Amino acid sequence: MTKIVVDGTEVDVPPEYTLLQACELAGAEIPRFCFHERLSIAGNCRMCLVELKGAPKPVASCAWGVRDCRPGPNGEPPTVLTKSPLVKKAREGVMEFLLINHPLDCPICDQGGECDLQDQAMAYGVDTSRFHENKRAVHDKYIGPLVKTSMNRCIHCTRCIRFVAEVAGVPDLGATGRGEDMEITTYLEHAMGSELQANVADLCPVGALTHKPQAFNVRPWELAKTPSVDVMDAVGSNIRVDARGKEVMRVLPRVNEDINEEWISDKTRQHVDGLRLQRLDRPFLRENGRLRPASWNEAFAAIAARVKAADPSRIGAIAGDLAGVEEMFALKLLLESLGSKNLDCRQDGSVLTPAHGRGSYLFNPTIAGIDDADAILIIGSNPRLEAAIINQRIRKRWRTSPLPIAVIGPQADLTYPYAYLGAGPDTLVELVGGRHSFNDVLSKAERPLIILGAGATARSDGAAILAAAAQLAGAIGAVKDGWNGLAVLHTAAARVGGLDLGFVPGEGGLAAPAMVAAGSLDVLFNLGADEIDIAPGAFVIYQGTHGDRGAHRADVILPGAAYSEKSATFVNTEGRVQMTNRAVFPPGDAREDWAILRALSDVLGKRLPFDSLPALRRALYGQHPHLARVEQVAPAEGAPALRQLAALGGWPGREPFGPVIRDFYLTNPIARASRVMAECSALLGAPSALQAAE
Amino acid sequence: MANRRLAPAAAQPQTFAFSPENAEWAQGQIEKYPEGRQASAVIPLLWKAQEQNGGWLPRAAIEAVADELGMPHIRVLEVATFYTMFALEPVGRFWIQLCGTVPCDSCGARELKDYLQRRLGAPGHVSADGNFSWLEVECLGACCNAPMAQINQDYYEDLTPDLLGTLMDDLAAGRPVKVGSQVGRTSSEPLGGAETLTDATLFDGSRVGAWRKRFEEKDAEDGSEAGRAEAASSEQRAAVEPKPARPDAGRAVGTAATDAPAQRSAGGETPVKSGDTTAATESTVQPNRPAHAASEAIAKAEAAGSEAGTQSALPRNAPPPQPATSGASVDADAPAAPTKGN
Repeated sequence: MTKIVVDGTEVDVPPEYTLLQACELAGAEIPRFCFHERLSIAGNCRMCLVELKGAPKPVASCAWGVRDCRPGPNGEPPTVLTKSPLVKKAREGVMEFLLINHPLDCPICDQGGECDLQDQAMAYGVDTSRFHENKRAVHDKYIGPLVKTSMNRCIHCTRCIRFVAEVAGVPDLGATGRGEDMEITTYLEHAMGSELQANVADLCPVGALTHKPQAFNVRPWELAKTPSVDVMDAVGSNIRVDARGKEVMRVLPRVNEDINEEWISDKTRQHVDGLRLQRLDRPFLRENGRLRPASWNEAFAAIAARVKAADPSRIGAIAGDLAGVEEMFALKLLLESLGSKNLDCRQDGSVLTPAHGRGSYLFNPTIAGIDDADAILIIGSNPRLEAAIINQRIRKRWRTSPLPIAVIGPQADLTYPYAYLGAGPDTLVELVGGRHSFNDVLSKAERPLIILGAGATARSDGAAILAAAAQLAGAIGAVKDGWNGLAVLHTAAARVGGLDLGFVPGEGGLAAPAMVAAGSLDVLFNLGADEIDIAPGAFVIYQGTHGDRGAHRADVILPGAAYSEKSATFVNTEGRVQMTNRAVFPPGDAREDWAILRALSDVLGKRLPFDSLPALRRALYGQHPHLARVEQVAPAEGAPALRQLAALGGWPGREPFGPVIRDFYLTNPIARASRVMAECSALLGAPSALQAAE
Repeated sequence: MANRRLAPAAAQPQTFAFSPENAEWAQGQIEKYPEGRQASAVIPLLWKAQEQNGGWLPRAAIEAVADELGMPHIRVLEVATFYTMFALEPVGRFWIQLCGTVPCDSCGARELKDYLQRRLGAPGHVSADGNFSWLEVECLGACCNAPMAQINQDYYEDLTPDLLGTLMDDLAAGRPVKVGSQVGRTSSEPLGGAETLTDATLFDGSRVGAWRKRFEEKDAEDGSEAGRAEAASSEQRAAVEPKPARPDAGRAVGTAATDAPAQRSAGGETPVKSGDTTAATESTVQPNRPAHAASEAIAKAEAAGSEAGTQSALPRNAPPPQPATSGASVDADAPAAPTKGN
């Protein structure tokens, strides 16, 4: 630790700190544009100048180490001044330089109101300009469908370049030219090729990069801001839903170091127009093969007629990927009260089940735990598409110090180098047999991490693959005191919650693939499952938000609420319990899902034992206490789960692991309804081309 | 300097590949750098590509170099657009890069610019006959002979519009031209020849001996027996085997490439050519030569000081005087400092 005096306050900081960090620790505010905590240091905006005693001129505090400061003449600690007249003058000078070429178009700039340059010009700048020359003019660039450019406003902080090169791992952006002619652009104005690209608009301290879908649409001060959780994938990124009136205008990331740091994927950010398009805003009833608008009572009556006529064993329920824990709990209670055991929350046919313990289906090491791993084996997964934020974490871990990473499954550009071991279960079996060269690497690793994707678990021989992976994890010591390296990567936001609830077939009950088969059920309750084909025959009740595949097959449609319109619990892939909050109300006659089920239960004569959301949660927490610990991960027992999984045995097939996500931008009904996502998807070409391009 | 962009698509060749010998050369450049640092070879490779492509860098070449070095295309584009030595649009047979930075500007680069503008039109365009194109660039590092321009690989210095015009005519006609200064200057010597470092004793070793002798004598006066003995022995040694002031290795005297005073001295000639002496004498007719006057004053003071047996009459904070050519190793035949005065 090194002592340093900042504005008269002595602080004790690690010597590797920069002056900027030391100043912040001492409570001094340092303005900055180019510096960002999660990016490399550029030191080119000069806004963070401070006075360092003994230095001949102000120093850029972001790029000056505490250990590089000289002590005073009598050995006093180095002294930094952040409020001296010299610093004030330096800041004013820098600000004047930055504003030489910055247009004064704040009234029509989308960054207005949340602009670092605007704020800092107010705080640290001067009120006049001494420059009478023309400002420079720069052509706007096309850099993709999500980021709008206004290059006149660029102050060349290079945050965007550093982000795409370092964090996103897709070095598409660059600065061409030099001096006054420097311009930020992609190569020949191609679109950026990252699923995290829209973050550059958040990073941009001025209005040069703004969110294209929101262009000229929103002002930050007119938005109601609601903290929430993303449901586009199973990562559970923390987001802020910004709404105006009854419409969600945009989604921004919230900082959560344990999950998404401060990034979110493009799907998480820009699916918002999907929240208002294609919405189911009233109940529908199929008559003579056509759906017609109906009242809630008509719809409930039609359901009651079919349910009462059906044998309990021929009634079933499938929960989709966006269902909250509350409605799944209510639906489970309803089905149980009807006497049915046909429940499933795994529409993709995954073999993961709570029967083997919670540790058998969680991302056990946690997302933040990736930082501690020292060898990674990815089986049947393309984390870049399935969980872009987790892939970014792996890349971050690899950038910190390169570690061995290997992949069994589809070959894709993951933004970090990896050893490609093979395409299918054969390679996994080889590894289990200890006959593979990567075995050495895994056994030597102290904290090996095995990521098991849906490509490996959602197939008919999934149990055998799961067993093989567990045997491998056991053999290399991936599960031990203080480290559980078996990580199951889910792709559906609702999945872990459903498994936690036990929303899986009871004894003798049918699983999802069997339920949708022709002739197996009379009544199928579909809670927002849009990625599964339901054979003709059964009477299908679709409760969901969008006119997607599930609604097309439905006989009765009950309009539900999207995640932004209700308070619902979601459990992310690492088992972290998080809650969304209501930012807007559901459209039209749509209602919160638990309330629909509660009302329906009344009509069916099996009234559910709660009348309010708090009452539902009391019942829920009574049965599943860990769900009450919001924002925490209830640790799962690793060793017993591993033993049970390893004991499953069986022989995996030879078929290679297929890609789980064919089109990153169109994975759920909300995203499929979004025009922006459709544009992104079209840019990547046909789904098959996407895989080839990856 | 205007925005530098890639040439329009119509001018771009479809493909680019290094010729076999250039590819081999490029491989040699890449191998200079350790594994994983191949990107360091980007500038040599781009330069070679430009040379192969007739003096300018097409898009296909940028991509070929990027692919060869495993760099993203944008990274190579950044380099290519940063340096004006890479021409992104077709250039004439002779590509004139005119320096417009301050020293050249104050020595008349503006007239050259006007001349080129008149003769060739706006910068960045190839003249109708295909012979010339021009560009104003930042400092090319030949400020001593400002104003200057780089035409293809060579520097042409001390230009005036007339000289540049003649030069361009000669180049266009294929006549031989003189590279470097166009007014007869030797490398970066002052106009009219060398004025400093002309003392032959600087190059034959006697100068160091003189300094050393003085220190040793001082030691001797201080009463040190060892110092006195050393002074005597070094005096003898210097007389027998005069040592050059500097080692030759790596200096201009080591190679015969330049015509420098040090070389002439090493070759037994007088350090300064007689013609230069005359030229310098003529130039001293100019009234305003304060430096010259100062050096004379210093020489006088030095002479007086050495007669009085003291170090110098100059104050301590004044610049140290040039030692007079006194001392044991200097005899009457030594070439006197011939350039000044007479």
